[in-house]
Amino acid sequence: MTRFRFLVPTLYILFLMLPIYWLVNMSFKTTNEILGTFTLWPVEFTFENYEKILTDPTWYMGYVNSLIYVSINTVLSVGAALPAAYAFSRYRFVGDKHLFFWLLTNRMAPAAVFALPFFQLYSAVGLFDTHLAVALAHTLFNIPLAVWILEGFMSGVPKELDETAYVDGYSFGRFFVKIFIPTIAAGIGVAAFFCFMFSWVELLLAKTLTAVDAKPIAATMTRTASTSGYELGLLAAAGSLTIIPGAFVIYFVRNYIAKGFALGRV
Amino acid sequence: MNKTENQKAWLFVLPVVLLVAFNAIIPLMTVVNYSVQETFGDNTFFWSGVMWFEQVLRSERFHDALGRQLFFTFMILVIEVPLGVAIALAMPRKGPWVSVCLVLMALPLLIPWNVVGAMWNIFALPDIGLLGRMLNGMGFDYNFTRQPFSAWFTLILMDVWHWTSLVVLLTYAGLVSIPDAYYQAAKIDGARSWAILRYIQLPKLKRVLTIAILLRFMDSFNIYTEPFVLTGGGPGNATTLLSIDLVKIALGQFDLGPAAAMSLVYFLIILLLSWIFYTLMMRNEAQQ
Repeated sequence: MTRFRFLVPTLYILFLMLPIYWLVNMSFKTTNEILGTFTLWPVEFTFENYEKILTDPTWYMGYVNSLIYVSINTVLSVGAALPAAYAFSRYRFVGDKHLFFWLLTNRMAPAAVFALPFFQLYSAVGLFDTHLAVALAHTLFNIPLAVWILEGFMSGVPKELDETAYVDGYSFGRFFVKIFIPTIAAGIGVAAFFCFMFSWVELLLAKTLTAVDAKPIAATMTRTASTSGYELGLLAAAGSLTIIPGAFVIYFVRNYIAKGFALGRV
Repeated sequence: MNKTENQKAWLFVLPVVLLVAFNAIIPLMTVVNYSVQETFGDNTFFWSGVMWFEQVLRSERFHDALGRQLFFTFMILVIEVPLGVAIALAMPRKGPWVSVCLVLMALPLLIPWNVVGAMWNIFALPDIGLLGRMLNGMGFDYNFTRQPFSAWFTLILMDVWHWTSLVVLLTYAGLVSIPDAYYQAAKIDGARSWAILRYIQLPKLKRVLTIAILLRFMDSFNIYTEPFVLTGGGPGNATTLLSIDLVKIALGQFDLGPAAAMSLVYFLIILLLSWIFYTLMMRNEAQQ
Protein backbone atom coordinates (compact mmCIF):
# COMPACT_ATOMS: atom_id res chain seq x y z
CA MET A 1 0.00 0.00 0.00
CA THR A 2 2.61 2.53 1.11
CA ARG A 3 4.90 1.43 -1.70
CA PHE A 4 2.43 2.59 -4.34
CA ARG A 5 1.55 5.82 -2.62
CA PHE A 6 3.71 7.83 -5.01
CA LEU A 7 1.25 6.84 -7.75
CA VAL A 8 -1.41 9.23 -6.47
CA PRO A 9 0.56 12.48 -6.88
CA THR A 10 2.18 11.14 -10.05
CA LEU A 11 -1.14 10.42 -11.72
CA TYR A 12 -2.50 13.76 -10.56
CA ILE A 13 0.46 15.64 -12.02
CA LEU A 14 0.07 13.68 -15.24
CA PHE A 15 -3.56 14.79 -15.40
CA LEU A 16 -2.45 18.40 -14.82
CA MET A 17 0.15 18.26 -17.55
CA LEU A 18 -2.03 16.72 -20.29
CA PRO A 19 -4.02 19.83 -21.31
CA ILE A 20 -0.85 21.94 -21.04
CA TYR A 21 0.97 19.49 -23.28
CA TRP A 22 -1.88 19.66 -25.78
CA LEU A 23 -1.72 23.45 -25.84
CA VAL A 24 2.05 23.49 -26.39
CA ASN A 25 1.69 20.75 -28.99
CA MET A 26 -0.85 22.84 -30.90
CA SER A 27 1.37 25.89 -30.75
CA PHE A 28 4.06 24.17 -32.85
CA LYS A 29 1.66 22.98 -35.52
CA THR A 30 0.59 24.66 -38.72
CA THR A 31 -3.09 25.53 -39.13
CA ASN A 32 -3.33 22.87 -41.84
CA GLU A 33 -2.07 20.17 -39.55
CA ILE A 34 -4.38 21.22 -36.70
CA LEU A 35 -7.49 21.19 -38.83
CA GLY A 36 -6.51 18.48 -41.30
CA THR A 37 -5.14 15.61 -39.28
CA PHE A 38 -5.01 14.34 -35.71
CA THR A 39 -1.44 14.00 -34.49
CA LEU A 40 -0.13 13.45 -30.97
CA TRP A 41 2.95 15.58 -31.65
CA PRO A 42 3.71 18.23 -34.29
CA VAL A 43 4.68 16.51 -37.54
CA GLU A 44 5.19 19.66 -39.58
CA PHE A 45 7.06 21.34 -36.71
CA THR A 46 6.90 25.15 -37.01
CA PHE A 47 7.92 28.25 -35.07
CA GLU A 48 5.69 30.39 -37.27
CA ASN A 49 3.12 31.06 -34.55
CA TYR A 50 5.73 32.22 -32.06
CA GLU A 51 7.47 34.30 -34.70
CA LYS A 52 4.24 36.11 -35.46
CA ILE A 53 3.65 36.91 -31.78
CA LEU A 54 7.18 38.04 -31.05
CA THR A 55 7.40 40.31 -34.10
CA ASP A 56 3.93 41.82 -34.19
CA PRO A 57 3.57 44.71 -31.69
CA THR A 58 -0.20 44.24 -31.30
CA TRP A 59 0.67 40.81 -29.91
CA TYR A 60 3.79 41.31 -27.85
CA MET A 61 2.67 44.65 -26.44
CA GLY A 62 -0.13 42.69 -24.81
CA TYR A 63 2.44 40.91 -22.67
CA VAL A 64 4.23 44.18 -21.91
CA ASN A 65 0.95 45.85 -20.92
CA SER A 66 -0.03 42.96 -18.68
CA LEU A 67 3.36 42.91 -16.98
CA ILE A 68 3.24 46.69 -16.42
CA TYR A 69 -0.14 46.80 -14.70
CA VAL A 70 0.57 43.62 -12.75
CA SER A 71 3.80 45.17 -11.41
CA ILE A 72 2.14 48.48 -10.49
CA ASN A 73 -0.64 46.56 -8.79
CA THR A 74 1.76 44.39 -6.80
CA VAL A 75 3.73 47.40 -5.53
CA LEU A 76 0.55 49.33 -4.65
CA SER A 77 -1.17 46.43 -2.93
CA VAL A 78 1.78 45.25 -0.86
CA GLY A 79 2.86 48.82 -0.06
CA ALA A 80 -0.54 49.81 1.26
CA ALA A 81 -1.12 46.47 2.97
CA LEU A 82 2.12 46.48 5.00
CA PRO A 83 1.20 49.18 7.56
CA ALA A 84 -2.42 48.02 7.64
CA ALA A 85 -1.45 44.42 8.35
CA TYR A 86 0.88 45.64 11.08
CA ALA A 87 -1.97 47.58 12.67
CA PHE A 88 -4.29 44.55 12.54
CA SER A 89 -1.69 42.20 14.00
CA ARG A 90 -0.51 44.50 16.82
CA TYR A 91 -3.27 46.89 17.83
CA ARG A 92 -6.88 46.93 18.87
CA PHE A 93 -8.82 49.91 17.59
CA VAL A 94 -12.42 50.97 17.07
CA GLY A 95 -13.98 48.91 14.30
CA ASP A 96 -10.97 46.71 13.64
CA LYS A 97 -12.91 43.45 13.36
CA HIS A 98 -15.58 44.97 11.12
CA LEU A 99 -12.94 46.54 8.93
CA PHE A 100 -11.17 43.22 8.58
CA PHE A 101 -14.35 41.48 7.45
CA TRP A 102 -15.27 44.38 5.16
CA LEU A 103 -11.90 43.96 3.44
CA LEU A 104 -12.62 40.30 2.94
CA THR A 105 -16.03 41.05 1.42
CA ASN A 106 -14.21 42.76 -1.44
CA ARG A 107 -12.32 39.57 -2.11
CA MET A 108 -15.75 37.95 -2.49
CA ALA A 109 -17.16 40.53 -4.86
CA PRO A 110 -17.84 39.01 -8.27
CA ALA A 111 -15.92 40.95 -10.93
CA ALA A 112 -19.03 40.76 -13.09
CA VAL A 113 -20.88 42.98 -10.60
CA PHE A 114 -18.22 45.66 -10.84
CA ALA A 115 -17.42 45.58 -14.55
CA LEU A 116 -19.85 48.27 -15.68
CA PRO A 117 -19.51 50.67 -12.70
CA PHE A 118 -15.73 50.39 -12.97
CA PHE A 119 -15.88 51.34 -16.61
CA GLN A 120 -17.94 54.42 -15.74
CA LEU A 121 -15.83 55.35 -12.72
CA TYR A 122 -12.49 55.12 -14.49
CA SER A 123 -13.82 56.91 -17.57
CA ALA A 124 -15.08 59.70 -15.31
CA VAL A 125 -11.69 60.21 -13.66
CA GLY A 126 -9.92 60.06 -17.02
CA LEU A 127 -7.97 56.89 -16.38
CA PHE A 128 -9.73 54.65 -18.91
CA ASP A 129 -7.29 52.63 -21.04
CA THR A 130 -4.29 53.28 -18.79
CA HIS A 131 -2.18 50.73 -16.93
CA LEU A 132 -2.92 52.57 -13.70
CA ALA A 133 -6.64 51.98 -14.11
CA VAL A 134 -6.27 48.21 -14.24
CA ALA A 135 -3.68 48.25 -11.45
CA LEU A 136 -6.02 50.28 -9.23
CA ALA A 137 -9.04 48.15 -10.08
CA HIS A 138 -7.18 44.97 -9.18
CA THR A 139 -6.32 46.38 -5.75
CA LEU A 140 -9.99 45.71 -4.97
CA PHE A 141 -9.28 42.03 -4.42
CA ASN A 142 -5.48 42.10 -4.02
CA ILE A 143 -5.29 44.50 -1.07
CA PRO A 144 -7.59 42.37 1.09
CA LEU A 145 -5.56 39.32 0.13
CA ALA A 146 -2.23 41.03 0.88
CA VAL A 147 -3.52 42.31 4.23
CA TRP A 148 -4.69 38.83 5.18
CA ILE A 149 -1.48 37.09 4.20
CA LEU A 150 0.79 39.69 5.81
CA GLU A 151 -1.32 39.79 8.97
CA GLY A 152 -0.97 36.02 9.21
CA PHE A 153 2.80 36.17 8.84
CA MET A 154 3.14 39.15 11.21
CA SER A 155 1.10 37.50 13.94
CA GLY A 156 3.70 34.75 13.90
CA VAL A 157 6.38 37.27 14.95
CA PRO A 158 6.42 37.68 18.74
CA LYS A 159 5.63 41.13 20.04
CA GLU A 160 8.77 41.02 22.17
CA LEU A 161 10.72 41.81 19.00
CA ASP A 162 9.00 45.21 18.77
CA GLU A 163 9.42 45.91 22.47
CA THR A 164 13.12 45.00 22.56
CA ALA A 165 13.76 47.29 19.60
CA TYR A 166 12.08 50.22 21.36
CA VAL A 167 14.11 49.55 24.51
CA ASP A 168 17.22 49.60 22.33
CA GLY A 169 16.26 53.10 21.23
CA TYR A 170 14.87 52.42 17.79
CA SER A 171 12.24 54.83 16.51
CA PHE A 172 9.12 53.19 15.03
CA GLY A 173 10.11 54.02 11.47
CA ARG A 174 13.62 52.64 11.80
CA PHE A 175 12.39 49.54 13.60
CA PHE A 176 9.81 48.88 10.89
CA VAL A 177 12.23 49.26 7.98
CA LYS A 178 15.42 47.88 9.50
CA ILE A 179 14.14 45.04 11.68
CA PHE A 180 10.51 44.19 11.05
CA ILE A 181 10.45 44.12 7.25
CA PRO A 182 13.50 41.82 7.00
CA THR A 183 11.91 39.53 9.61
CA ILE A 184 8.77 39.02 7.54
CA ALA A 185 10.54 39.08 4.17
CA ALA A 186 9.13 35.66 3.32
CA GLY A 187 5.61 36.91 3.99
CA ILE A 188 6.16 39.94 1.77
CA GLY A 189 7.44 37.66 -0.98
CA VAL A 190 4.38 35.46 -0.70
CA ALA A 191 1.97 38.41 -0.62
CA ALA A 192 3.67 39.87 -3.70
CA PHE A 193 3.44 36.51 -5.41
CA PHE A 194 -0.29 36.29 -4.80
CA CYS A 195 -0.91 39.86 -5.97
CA PHE A 196 1.07 39.06 -9.09
CA MET A 197 -0.87 35.87 -9.60
CA PHE A 198 -4.40 37.21 -9.20
CA SER A 199 -3.69 40.30 -11.26
CA TRP A 200 -2.05 38.19 -13.99
CA VAL A 201 -4.91 35.73 -14.33
CA GLU A 202 -7.82 38.20 -14.13
CA LEU A 203 -9.37 39.15 -17.44
CA LEU A 204 -12.87 40.58 -17.09
CA LEU A 205 -11.91 43.86 -15.38
CA ALA A 206 -8.66 44.23 -17.32
CA LYS A 207 -10.58 43.87 -20.56
CA THR A 208 -13.37 46.22 -19.53
CA LEU A 209 -10.97 48.98 -18.50
CA THR A 210 -8.75 49.00 -21.58
CA ALA A 211 -9.15 49.59 -25.29
CA VAL A 212 -5.85 49.99 -27.14
CA ASP A 213 -2.95 51.46 -25.18
CA ALA A 214 -3.09 49.19 -22.16
CA LYS A 215 -4.76 46.14 -23.67
CA PRO A 216 -3.68 42.98 -21.80
CA ILE A 217 -2.52 39.87 -23.59
CA ALA A 218 -5.60 37.98 -22.45
CA ALA A 219 -7.84 40.49 -24.24
CA THR A 220 -5.69 40.38 -27.36
CA MET A 221 -6.24 36.64 -27.39
CA THR A 222 -10.02 36.77 -27.09
CA ARG A 223 -10.32 39.46 -29.71
CA THR A 224 -8.12 37.55 -32.13
CA ALA A 225 -10.17 34.44 -31.64
CA SER A 226 -13.32 36.27 -32.64
CA THR A 227 -12.18 38.67 -35.35
CA SER A 228 -9.58 37.06 -37.58
CA GLY A 229 -11.12 33.64 -37.84
CA TYR A 230 -10.09 30.82 -35.60
CA GLU A 231 -6.31 30.69 -35.69
CA LEU A 232 -5.83 27.94 -33.18
CA GLY A 233 -2.07 27.61 -33.57
CA LEU A 234 -1.56 31.30 -32.88
CA LEU A 235 -3.95 31.20 -29.95
CA ALA A 236 -2.14 28.16 -28.54
CA ALA A 237 1.24 29.85 -28.88
CA ALA A 238 -0.03 32.99 -27.15
CA GLY A 239 -1.52 30.83 -24.39
CA SER A 240 1.69 28.85 -23.95
CA LEU A 241 3.65 32.08 -23.52
CA THR A 242 1.33 33.25 -20.72
CA ILE A 243 2.31 30.20 -18.67
CA ILE A 244 6.00 31.19 -18.53
CA PRO A 245 5.89 34.18 -16.12
CA GLY A 246 3.78 32.15 -13.69
CA ALA A 247 6.11 29.16 -13.79
CA PHE A 248 9.02 31.52 -13.26
CA VAL A 249 7.63 33.17 -10.13
CA ILE A 250 6.37 29.92 -8.58
CA TYR A 251 9.92 28.63 -8.54
CA PHE A 252 11.00 31.44 -6.19
CA VAL A 253 8.23 31.02 -3.65
CA ARG A 254 7.85 27.23 -3.87
CA ASN A 255 8.68 26.68 -0.20
CA TYR A 256 6.22 29.30 1.02
CA ILE A 257 3.45 28.91 -1.52
CA ALA A 258 1.35 26.59 0.64
CA LYS A 259 1.62 28.86 3.66
CA GLY A 260 0.58 31.75 1.47
CA PHE A 261 -2.49 29.94 0.23
CA ALA A 262 -3.39 29.35 3.86
CA LEU A 263 -3.28 33.19 4.15
CA GLY A 264 -0.28 32.83 6.43
CA ARG A 265 -2.43 30.92 8.90
CA VAL A 266 -0.74 27.55 9.20
CA MET B 1 -1.53 37.54 20.82
CA ASN B 2 -2.67 40.20 23.26
CA LYS B 3 -2.98 43.43 21.36
CA THR B 4 -2.56 46.96 22.65
CA GLU B 5 -5.41 49.41 22.41
CA ASN B 6 -4.27 52.15 20.02
CA GLN B 7 -6.61 54.36 18.03
CA LYS B 8 -3.73 55.80 16.01
CA ALA B 9 -3.59 52.44 14.25
CA TRP B 10 -6.32 53.88 12.02
CA LEU B 11 -3.59 55.97 10.36
CA PHE B 12 -1.84 52.75 9.32
CA VAL B 13 -5.03 51.37 7.88
CA LEU B 14 -6.00 54.58 6.12
CA PRO B 15 -4.26 54.00 2.73
CA VAL B 16 -5.90 50.61 2.43
CA VAL B 17 -9.31 51.97 3.41
CA LEU B 18 -9.06 54.85 0.92
CA LEU B 19 -7.96 52.64 -1.97
CA VAL B 20 -10.50 49.94 -1.37
CA ALA B 21 -13.25 52.47 -0.67
CA PHE B 22 -12.59 54.17 -4.00
CA ASN B 23 -12.88 50.82 -5.74
CA ALA B 24 -15.65 49.30 -3.70
CA ILE B 25 -17.97 51.97 -2.36
CA ILE B 26 -18.29 54.23 -5.40
CA PRO B 27 -19.05 51.37 -7.83
CA LEU B 28 -21.31 49.69 -5.31
CA MET B 29 -23.30 52.92 -4.89
CA THR B 30 -23.56 53.15 -8.68
CA VAL B 31 -25.06 49.69 -8.68
CA VAL B 32 -27.45 50.62 -5.88
CA ASN B 33 -28.50 53.71 -7.84
CA TYR B 34 -29.27 51.76 -10.96
CA SER B 35 -31.13 49.12 -9.03
CA VAL B 36 -33.80 51.54 -7.84
CA GLN B 37 -34.19 53.63 -10.99
CA GLU B 38 -35.78 53.33 -14.38
CA THR B 39 -34.38 54.91 -17.54
CA PHE B 40 -35.53 55.16 -21.13
CA GLY B 41 -32.02 55.41 -22.46
CA ASP B 42 -31.81 59.22 -22.67
CA ASN B 43 -29.84 59.64 -19.45
CA THR B 44 -32.87 60.63 -17.42
CA PHE B 45 -33.67 58.41 -14.49
CA PHE B 46 -36.85 57.88 -12.50
CA TRP B 47 -37.28 56.38 -9.08
CA SER B 48 -38.67 52.90 -9.45
CA GLY B 49 -38.46 51.52 -5.96
CA VAL B 50 -38.01 47.81 -5.59
CA MET B 51 -39.50 47.01 -8.98
CA TRP B 52 -36.30 45.52 -10.38
CA PHE B 53 -35.70 43.45 -7.28
CA GLU B 54 -39.18 41.98 -7.53
CA GLN B 55 -38.65 41.29 -11.19
CA VAL B 56 -35.31 39.57 -10.58
CA LEU B 57 -36.42 37.55 -7.61
CA ARG B 58 -39.48 36.33 -9.50
CA SER B 59 -37.80 35.68 -12.84
CA GLU B 60 -37.33 32.11 -13.85
CA ARG B 61 -34.13 33.02 -15.63
CA PHE B 62 -32.54 34.11 -12.36
CA HIS B 63 -33.78 31.02 -10.51
CA ASP B 64 -32.31 28.79 -13.21
CA ALA B 65 -28.95 30.54 -13.22
CA LEU B 66 -28.82 30.45 -9.42
CA GLY B 67 -29.73 26.77 -9.46
CA ARG B 68 -26.96 26.00 -11.94
CA GLN B 69 -24.55 28.09 -9.89
CA LEU B 70 -25.37 26.25 -6.66
CA PHE B 71 -25.08 22.91 -8.43
CA PHE B 72 -21.71 23.85 -9.88
CA THR B 73 -20.31 25.08 -6.56
CA PHE B 74 -21.66 22.03 -4.72
CA MET B 75 -20.17 19.61 -7.26
CA ILE B 76 -16.71 21.14 -7.28
CA LEU B 77 -16.58 21.33 -3.48
CA VAL B 78 -17.65 17.70 -3.17
CA ILE B 79 -15.01 16.59 -5.66
CA GLU B 80 -12.11 18.95 -5.03
CA VAL B 81 -11.94 18.89 -1.23
CA PRO B 82 -11.74 15.10 -0.66
CA LEU B 83 -9.55 14.64 -3.75
CA GLY B 84 -7.21 17.40 -2.62
CA VAL B 85 -6.90 15.93 0.87
CA ALA B 86 -6.21 12.45 -0.54
CA ILE B 87 -3.48 13.75 -2.83
CA ALA B 88 -1.88 15.81 -0.06
CA LEU B 89 -1.82 12.75 2.22
CA ALA B 90 -0.03 10.73 -0.45
CA MET B 91 2.57 13.39 -1.18
CA PRO B 92 6.16 12.91 0.01
CA ARG B 93 7.02 14.95 3.13
CA LYS B 94 10.70 15.48 2.46
CA GLY B 95 13.28 15.01 -0.26
CA PRO B 96 13.80 16.57 -3.67
CA TRP B 97 10.38 15.49 -4.97
CA VAL B 98 8.55 17.88 -2.66
CA SER B 99 9.61 20.97 -4.63
CA VAL B 100 8.91 19.28 -7.95
CA CYS B 101 5.40 18.31 -6.80
CA LEU B 102 4.66 21.77 -5.40
CA VAL B 103 5.83 23.66 -8.49
CA LEU B 104 4.07 21.39 -10.98
CA MET B 105 0.87 21.33 -8.97
CA ALA B 106 0.78 25.10 -8.58
CA LEU B 107 1.19 25.64 -12.31
CA PRO B 108 -2.52 25.60 -13.28
CA LEU B 109 -3.20 28.28 -10.66
CA LEU B 110 -1.00 30.77 -12.50
CA ILE B 111 -2.43 30.42 -15.95
CA PRO B 112 -4.68 33.32 -17.01
CA TRP B 113 -8.30 32.26 -16.73
CA ASN B 114 -9.15 32.81 -20.36
CA VAL B 115 -6.15 30.67 -21.33
CA VAL B 116 -7.49 27.94 -19.04
CA GLY B 117 -10.79 28.14 -20.91
CA ALA B 118 -9.12 28.21 -24.32
CA MET B 119 -6.79 25.37 -23.37
CA TRP B 120 -9.67 23.16 -22.30
CA ASN B 121 -11.63 24.11 -25.35
CA ILE B 122 -8.78 22.89 -27.57
CA PHE B 123 -8.20 19.86 -25.34
CA ALA B 124 -11.84 18.77 -25.35
CA LEU B 125 -12.92 19.47 -28.93
CA PRO B 126 -14.32 16.22 -30.31
CA ASP B 127 -12.42 16.39 -33.60
CA ILE B 128 -9.01 17.87 -32.75
CA GLY B 129 -8.82 17.65 -28.94
CA LEU B 130 -7.05 14.86 -27.11
CA LEU B 131 -9.81 14.43 -24.51
CA GLY B 132 -12.61 14.57 -27.08
CA ARG B 133 -10.89 12.04 -29.32
CA MET B 134 -10.14 9.72 -26.43
CA LEU B 135 -13.70 9.74 -25.10
CA ASN B 136 -15.20 9.23 -28.52
CA GLY B 137 -12.63 6.52 -29.22
CA MET B 138 -13.74 4.73 -26.06
CA GLY B 139 -17.27 4.72 -27.43
CA PHE B 140 -18.77 7.65 -25.52
CA ASP B 141 -20.87 10.04 -27.52
CA TYR B 142 -19.12 13.20 -26.38
CA ASN B 143 -19.48 16.70 -27.78
CA PHE B 144 -19.39 19.54 -25.27
CA THR B 145 -20.57 22.18 -27.70
CA ARG B 146 -23.78 20.28 -28.42
CA GLN B 147 -24.73 18.20 -25.39
CA PRO B 148 -25.52 19.76 -22.01
CA PHE B 149 -24.21 16.71 -20.16
CA SER B 150 -20.85 16.76 -21.96
CA ALA B 151 -20.62 20.51 -21.38
CA TRP B 152 -21.16 20.07 -17.64
CA PHE B 153 -18.72 17.19 -17.50
CA THR B 154 -16.05 19.30 -19.22
CA LEU B 155 -16.80 22.34 -17.08
CA ILE B 156 -16.44 20.44 -13.81
CA LEU B 157 -13.38 18.52 -15.00
CA MET B 158 -11.80 21.83 -15.99
CA ASP B 159 -12.43 23.34 -12.58
CA VAL B 160 -11.09 20.23 -10.86
CA TRP B 161 -7.99 20.54 -13.03
CA HIS B 162 -7.68 24.25 -12.30
CA TRP B 163 -8.29 24.44 -8.56
CA THR B 164 -7.79 21.06 -6.82
CA SER B 165 -4.15 22.07 -6.35
CA LEU B 166 -5.28 24.88 -4.07
CA VAL B 167 -6.81 22.33 -1.69
CA VAL B 168 -3.73 20.11 -2.04
CA LEU B 169 -1.33 22.94 -1.20
CA LEU B 170 -3.37 24.12 1.77
CA THR B 171 -3.79 20.62 3.17
CA TYR B 172 -0.14 19.87 2.61
CA ALA B 173 0.86 23.03 4.52
CA GLY B 174 -1.39 21.88 7.35
CA LEU B 175 0.03 18.35 7.38
CA VAL B 176 3.64 19.51 7.41
CA SER B 177 2.93 21.73 10.41
CA ILE B 178 1.90 18.74 12.56
CA PRO B 179 4.86 18.09 14.92
CA ASP B 180 6.56 14.68 14.65
CA ALA B 181 5.87 14.05 18.34
CA TYR B 182 2.19 13.48 17.54
CA TYR B 183 3.03 10.67 15.13
CA GLN B 184 5.52 9.12 17.54
CA ALA B 185 2.93 9.12 20.30
CA ALA B 186 0.44 7.50 17.96
CA LYS B 187 3.00 4.85 17.02
CA ILE B 188 3.63 4.01 20.67
CA ASP B 189 -0.11 3.66 21.18
CA GLY B 190 -0.16 1.32 18.19
CA ALA B 191 -2.60 3.48 16.23
CA ARG B 192 -3.44 2.39 12.70
CA SER B 193 -3.28 4.78 9.79
CA TRP B 194 -7.03 5.45 9.75
CA ALA B 195 -6.89 6.27 13.46
CA ILE B 196 -4.02 8.68 12.81
CA LEU B 197 -6.05 10.28 10.05
CA ARG B 198 -9.21 10.49 12.13
CA TYR B 199 -7.77 11.62 15.46
CA ILE B 200 -4.57 13.50 14.57
CA GLN B 201 -4.53 14.68 10.99
CA LEU B 202 -8.13 15.70 10.32
CA PRO B 203 -8.54 17.73 13.55
CA LYS B 204 -5.29 19.54 12.78
CA LEU B 205 -6.46 20.18 9.25
CA LYS B 206 -9.74 21.75 10.30
CA ARG B 207 -8.38 25.26 10.03
CA VAL B 208 -6.75 24.99 6.60
CA LEU B 209 -9.72 23.09 5.26
CA THR B 210 -12.07 25.86 6.36
CA ILE B 211 -9.93 28.34 4.46
CA ALA B 212 -9.84 26.02 1.46
CA ILE B 213 -13.61 25.66 1.45
CA LEU B 214 -14.11 29.40 1.96
CA LEU B 215 -11.79 30.28 -0.93
CA ARG B 216 -13.17 27.62 -3.24
CA PHE B 217 -16.71 28.64 -2.40
CA MET B 218 -16.10 32.34 -3.09
CA ASP B 219 -14.14 31.81 -6.26
CA SER B 220 -16.42 29.18 -7.75
CA PHE B 221 -19.43 31.38 -7.06
CA ASN B 222 -17.72 34.24 -8.90
CA ILE B 223 -16.47 32.15 -11.80
CA TYR B 224 -16.89 33.86 -15.14
CA THR B 225 -14.01 33.76 -17.58
CA GLU B 226 -13.31 30.02 -17.80
CA PRO B 227 -16.85 28.83 -18.57
CA PHE B 228 -17.39 31.86 -20.78
CA VAL B 229 -14.42 30.93 -22.95
CA LEU B 230 -15.07 27.18 -22.78
CA THR B 231 -18.78 26.98 -23.51
CA GLY B 232 -20.02 30.59 -23.65
CA GLY B 233 -22.80 29.45 -21.32
CA GLY B 234 -24.07 26.95 -23.85
CA PRO B 235 -25.28 24.74 -25.36
CA GLY B 236 -28.41 26.88 -25.07
CA ASN B 237 -28.31 28.12 -21.51
CA ALA B 238 -27.10 24.83 -20.05
CA THR B 239 -23.94 26.20 -18.46
CA THR B 240 -24.99 29.82 -17.97
CA LEU B 241 -23.84 30.47 -14.43
CA LEU B 242 -24.76 33.61 -12.46
CA SER B 243 -21.82 35.77 -13.59
CA ILE B 244 -22.29 34.88 -17.23
CA ASP B 245 -25.98 35.70 -17.07
CA LEU B 246 -25.23 38.97 -15.29
CA VAL B 247 -22.72 40.12 -17.88
CA LYS B 248 -25.16 39.16 -20.63
CA ILE B 249 -27.84 41.36 -19.09
CA ALA B 250 -25.57 44.27 -18.10
CA LEU B 251 -23.14 44.59 -20.98
CA GLY B 252 -24.97 42.63 -23.67
CA GLN B 253 -28.51 43.98 -23.35
CA PHE B 254 -27.60 47.07 -21.29
CA ASP B 255 -30.58 46.48 -19.00
CA LEU B 256 -29.00 48.41 -16.16
CA GLY B 257 -31.86 48.24 -13.65
CA PRO B 258 -32.40 44.47 -13.65
CA ALA B 259 -28.64 43.87 -13.92
CA ALA B 260 -27.98 46.06 -10.90
CA ALA B 261 -30.72 44.46 -8.84
CA MET B 262 -29.40 41.04 -9.79
CA SER B 263 -25.84 42.12 -8.87
CA LEU B 264 -26.95 43.09 -5.39
CA VAL B 265 -28.93 39.93 -4.80
CA TYR B 266 -26.00 37.89 -6.10
CA PHE B 267 -23.50 39.75 -3.90
CA LEU B 268 -25.73 39.39 -0.84
CA ILE B 269 -25.96 35.63 -1.33
CA ILE B 270 -22.14 35.33 -1.48
CA LEU B 271 -21.77 37.65 1.49
CA LEU B 272 -24.22 35.70 3.62
CA LEU B 273 -22.72 32.29 2.85
CA SER B 274 -19.14 33.53 3.19
CA TRP B 275 -20.01 35.18 6.51
CA ILE B 276 -21.11 31.80 7.81
CA PHE B 277 -17.81 30.20 6.75
CA TYR B 278 -15.87 33.16 8.13
CA THR B 279 -17.57 32.94 11.52
CA LEU B 280 -16.81 29.23 11.66
CA MET B 281 -13.20 29.91 10.79
CA MET B 282 -12.77 32.63 13.40
CA ARG B 283 -14.38 30.42 16.03
CA ASN B 284 -11.83 27.71 15.17
CA GLU B 285 -9.05 30.21 15.50
CA ALA B 286 -10.31 31.43 18.85
CA GLN B 287 -10.36 27.85 20.13
CA GLN B 288 -6.72 27.27 19.30
